[in-house]
Amino acid sequence: MIGYAGADLAIALINVILLGLLFVIGVAIARMRSLFAIVMLSGIYSLISATWFVALDAVDVAFTEAAVGAGISTALLLGAMLLTARTAKPETGAMRIVPILVVIATGAMLVYATIDLPAFGDPDSPANTYVGTDYIERTPQEIAVPNIVTAVLASYRGFDTLGETGVVFAAALSVILLLGFGERSLSATFKRKKDKS
Amino acid sequence: MLEFVLERGNYWAIIGLMMIGLYTLFAATNFIKKLVGLSIFQTSIILFYISLSRIDGGTAPILYGKDAKGHGGGHDEANAAYGAGEAAGRGVADAAHGASDAAHAGASHGMEHIYSNPLPHVLMLTAIVVGVATLAVGLAIVVRIREAYGTIESDEVRTTDLEVARAEYAVDKSEEASAA
Repeated sequence: MIGYAGADLAIALINVILLGLLFVIGVAIARMRSLFAIVMLSGIYSLISATWFVALDAVDVAFTEAAVGAGISTALLLGAMLLTARTAKPETGAMRIVPILVVIATGAMLVYATIDLPAFGDPDSPANTYVGTDYIERTPQEIAVPNIVTAVLASYRGFDTLGETGVVFAAALSVILLLGFGERSLSATFKRKKDKS
Repeated sequence: MLEFVLERGNYWAIIGLMMIGLYTLFAATNFIKKLVGLSIFQTSIILFYISLSRIDGGTAPILYGKDAKGHGGGHDEANAAYGAGEAAGRGVADAAHGASDAAHAGASHGMEHIYSNPLPHVLMLTAIVVGVATLAVGLAIVVRIREAYGTIESDEVRTTDLEVARAEYAVDKSEEASAA
């Protein structure tokens, strides 16, 4: 049984520090009312989780999270914040207790489920055997790209990536349909209604 | 017992992050704050998948050294010898550590190095990109709600809806009364 004892102590320490930072930032986001601070903290949250992805050997995911999660998401949230409001209303006491109960119940059920999960870093866990090792073995023979993630993403599962591109296109299209190209504003809508009547 | 906790502490920390995101999603009345909570929730799921893909002593799934050359067969014996030599060569006093290295050499199926599982990485790359697409659509809807209602607080939107419905009901009633 290869468990945490075989893992590097430094990695364990990095895990604890980064997860603690993520936790503190999450609590701060849940408690804050300034939307600007919330948006900035969510960008920091994405950056720290990207750092943790590097510690977990997922360099491609870290790259994407830093570019998309910390970059594009923060820009989108900032733009939406500038178009709407700067502060959020405080939650009332009655609105807090039900979400807390639901969240604690969900968390308790998930923690109960983790008892059956394989240990962190276990090479013989079901997730890490069959298909994953097959891709690792086949990539050097079949594809001339040393990065296995790229090989799987672009070659073995290229149709999935095509579908993902379709999803992004549909999202961009719906944003354009919702917001228009910038020619329509609230006052223009009112004016058009007045002209008709 | 302590080992059991240490092996699963990561999962529990991720569940804690997920709870924060879910709470923000439920409790916040501000739509933008709700969406930030949703993205925290999503990030915690991604963290969970990535932590499942990690293998002790492994590296990022980018082939290097002898593995990168390709051509497969014929290297297996050399690789096994290399793995054994590596396990011995590290000179680790801990016998269990050397045994775990040998087990790793067995688990890596003729590869020179151990690589973490690339499949969850691929899935989560897709999830991140799709997540930012849905976030963009959600924010566009929030901007439209602001244009229509003048607010982005869910309870105020509900109050406005109720008032409009009541006013329309009153107008219908008065029209019926005048017709009769």
